[in-house]
Amino acid sequence: MTATVPPPPVLQPGGRVLAAASDTVVPARRGRFRTRTVAAAMVVATVVAYLLFRTDGAADSSDAAAFRFFDSVRDWVDANRDTSPFFLYGLNYVRLGVRLLVDAVQAALTGLGFAGLVAAVAAIGTVLAGWRTGLLALGGFLAFGVLGLWEQSVDTLVLTVSAVLLSVLIGVPLGIFAARVRWVGATLRPVLDVMQIMPTFAYLAPMTLLFLIGEPAAVIATMIYAVPATIRITALGISEVSPTAVEAATALGSTRWQLLSKVRLPLARTTIALAVNQTIMLALSMVVITALIDAPGLGQNIVNALQRVNVGAAFDAGLAIVILAVVLDRITTNAARRTGVHRSRRQRQARWIFVGAGVVVVAAAALVSIDPENVPGYSFAAPVNDLVGWIELHWYDVTEGLKNGISAGVLDPLETVLVTTPWWLFVVAVAAFGTLISGWRAALIAALAAAGLAGLGLWQHSMQTLATVLVAIVLTMAIGVALGVFCARHDRLATGVRPLLDAAQTMPSFVYLLPAVALFGASRFTAIVAAVIFAVPPVVRLVERGLRDVPPTVVEAALSAGSTPRQLLWKVQLPMARGGLLLAANQGIVMVLAMVVVGGLVGAGALGYDVVAGFSQRELFGKGLAAGLAIVLLGILLDRLTQGFHTSKGPRR
Amino acid sequence: MRTLRTAAAAALIVSLTACGGATSGAGEDEPSAGAKGTVNLAINPWVGYEANAAVIAYLLEKKMGYTVEKKELKEEIAWQGFETGEVDTIVENWGHPDLKKTYIEDKKVAVEVGPTGNQGVIGWYVPQWMVDKYPDITDWKNLNKYADLFKTSESKGKGQFLAGDPSFVTNDEALVTNLKLHYTVVYSGSEAAIIKAAQQAAAQTKPLLFYFYEPQWLFAKEKYVRVKLPEYKDGCDADPKKVACDYPDYVLDKIASKKFADGNSTAYQLVKNFKWTNDDQNLVSDYITNQGMSDEQAAEKWVNEHEATWKPWIPAGS
Repeated sequence: MTATVPPPPVLQPGGRVLAAASDTVVPARRGRFRTRTVAAAMVVATVVAYLLFRTDGAADSSDAAAFRFFDSVRDWVDANRDTSPFFLYGLNYVRLGVRLLVDAVQAALTGLGFAGLVAAVAAIGTVLAGWRTGLLALGGFLAFGVLGLWEQSVDTLVLTVSAVLLSVLIGVPLGIFAARVRWVGATLRPVLDVMQIMPTFAYLAPMTLLFLIGEPAAVIATMIYAVPATIRITALGISEVSPTAVEAATALGSTRWQLLSKVRLPLARTTIALAVNQTIMLALSMVVITALIDAPGLGQNIVNALQRVNVGAAFDAGLAIVILAVVLDRITTNAARRTGVHRSRRQRQARWIFVGAGVVVVAAAALVSIDPENVPGYSFAAPVNDLVGWIELHWYDVTEGLKNGISAGVLDPLETVLVTTPWWLFVVAVAAFGTLISGWRAALIAALAAAGLAGLGLWQHSMQTLATVLVAIVLTMAIGVALGVFCARHDRLATGVRPLLDAAQTMPSFVYLLPAVALFGASRFTAIVAAVIFAVPPVVRLVERGLRDVPPTVVEAALSAGSTPRQLLWKVQLPMARGGLLLAANQGIVMVLAMVVVGGLVGAGALGYDVVAGFSQRELFGKGLAAGLAIVLLGILLDRLTQGFHTSKGPRR
Repeated sequence: MRTLRTAAAAALIVSLTACGGATSGAGEDEPSAGAKGTVNLAINPWVGYEANAAVIAYLLEKKMGYTVEKKELKEEIAWQGFETGEVDTIVENWGHPDLKKTYIEDKKVAVEVGPTGNQGVIGWYVPQWMVDKYPDITDWKNLNKYADLFKTSESKGKGQFLAGDPSFVTNDEALVTNLKLHYTVVYSGSEAAIIKAAQQAAAQTKPLLFYFYEPQWLFAKEKYVRVKLPEYKDGCDADPKKVACDYPDYVLDKIASKKFADGNSTAYQLVKNFKWTNDDQNLVSDYITNQGMSDEQAAEKWVNEHEATWKPWIPAGS
């Protein structure tokens, strides 16, 4: 098979497939002028309407119809869990099946023992991705023993592997369907959109309701979080298979099944391997959060550290997660890269010898029993805690001043304005501005989401969360664009920063709360800081790429016309990279929302707190579930409004 | 163990298909009945609980040969674990009449195992220096007068009342509303965060009104004074939204899953016999929090020094 392999698709950090590289469309001059006038008029109208109709921002009732409804659902489920056929023959079997899968994976991995598992991962790395990766895997897994986190790391690996197996089992066939059958693809798209906007946190309460607590619920939640990436990227791979190859095979008389198994799947191999890679990364970040519903593993260490405000302990666990992520990522990306390379027969034979040798080594290692507790240990906990203590002592005034300044100067006024806006005015404003920015379809969805927030009876909390998100996204964009511009201009800096960005993106959102809490205590500003740290890396990346994609001829033309570097940046590069910047804003805002909500764990209040309280206090369950739904609606609203930025300006693919 | 369990679960699936439907807890570990198996111990997020659990786990593992699986869970989630078999026992329970009704009376998946010997107090506290400076602050009727002192970036122009983990037993929001106090309840998120704020308030003489409770090691180091709320009367906290009275005194107790109790293993008997004082608990909590000991080291130290206390807990013939 010598047909050209398609280049890997462009992926957003969350595993969302980008529509297309930015088309630079220059809008018509007159149209733009009119849009500006309309926008200005609308801003004035909104301000006047606000001043006329503003309310006193009454607190949310604690007894809205939606809360009572969810409470009654909970009571029904509780009463019928072991009698209703829906549970007896449906969900309980799902739970049991997943339990069996987890047990089987657990038995396989722990059965190998410490030496055996380390050898096995190193061997898999070597065979699939080359000796360098094998060595990395060996070092990485040994490090778990050194950090004294072997058992927890294996538990996390077990849950991740189980969830990834399920995702691939469900996601790949669905992806193929979505690519081949038009209506399946069309129905799936909005569902996947919602699944990907939904912050991880909002999943947990419904999961415990249906599947109780424990590993099965954790694996299912993780699967739901990761599977959209599997489906999307697989579908993309299948639909990008070159039509010439398909036609040639058809001309030779292939059946539909042969077309799929001999042409489409092999040609989409690289992309599907990439889908698996993305699925693993997403699953890993979710598995850690499921510690809140009794999943074992490294997440438990982080929850524990969060409760004791012990940054050092969390640092060790966070480091283990990053190592696990890097090892799994390297193995799968390098393996994916290799699937695209054509091999000679000799090479294939050599590979089989490798595999044989690997099996022998692993089998031998599995027989050696080393207690991972006997590995010489090292923990970063003490030095990290010392550092944090020092910063707390010496920077107290600075951190406190920063927190109070931003809270009182920006956050509070914004919150007041949003909370005192009557809900109907907000809906109208969303619809009007949405139409202007993203077209009426997106605006309609956003306005419906806004109305839904009011309907759930969580208006005040939704607006408080929105205010926090807006402040955080402004900070994220300011820092992200500045860093991105810097990286785009200085190649050496960019190469230096890249591994840092990589590591930052594999870290689960949870981990970022700790340093923020240690520095700023329990407050909304803490959530903002964590959200900024969480969302800046992808923004830097997208901005840098946007700037580098500006055609060199344009840059040269500007330079020869006598532009100063500053003019070049502000008048040429940034305007031309507009697509990349707006995409970064869209991506950043979804991530910021996810993190601000997790901030509910550390005093950020509002919707995030409602969700946390909902699954820790029985009488607040309904409110918590409603808050979860409100977060999803808020996510859809923000995503639709900002997605319009880049899709309405160019043809959508 | 795991493979055995997989096989057992597979057999279970087959038998269940035959007789119709799977129950929600199907496929979970059966608790150790008789044989020395694993005890699943819930760990609720405060150090006093951790102290109870540390000592019980130490005795089970080191003196009786059990394996202990500790699970970091919030209170209500731990109760859910009785239903699935994820949790065998909770070793410091604060009241929770609603959960007792659901899981003990209605679902019959849990049982009470008697008091831990600890007396629980929940209340609103201020640091000692504030009482010296504003002597009438300890009466709730005067709290509004001082609300301005407690303003922070999070309190929306009112005074801040600092609460703990959202999962703790609280009536604070209802109290603030029903007593018409100009305060906002801000959740710090954990016990550690309240303690840190309380220590700062004492050391730097900063105003702080906060949710706190005994047994608590911090009271041995710093003085904090409880604010008098309207007196608790039986039933005044029946409706959580209308509470306008102080917290009752709690007799802290232990809860076990029905299966664990019915198995009546020596592990269950140890949990049943476990009983100590607030001073005992504070001592172990202090080891864990302030002396840099792990749970196990703290338990070991206490066990070595208090043989007379724990000897009677160990059931005969183990």
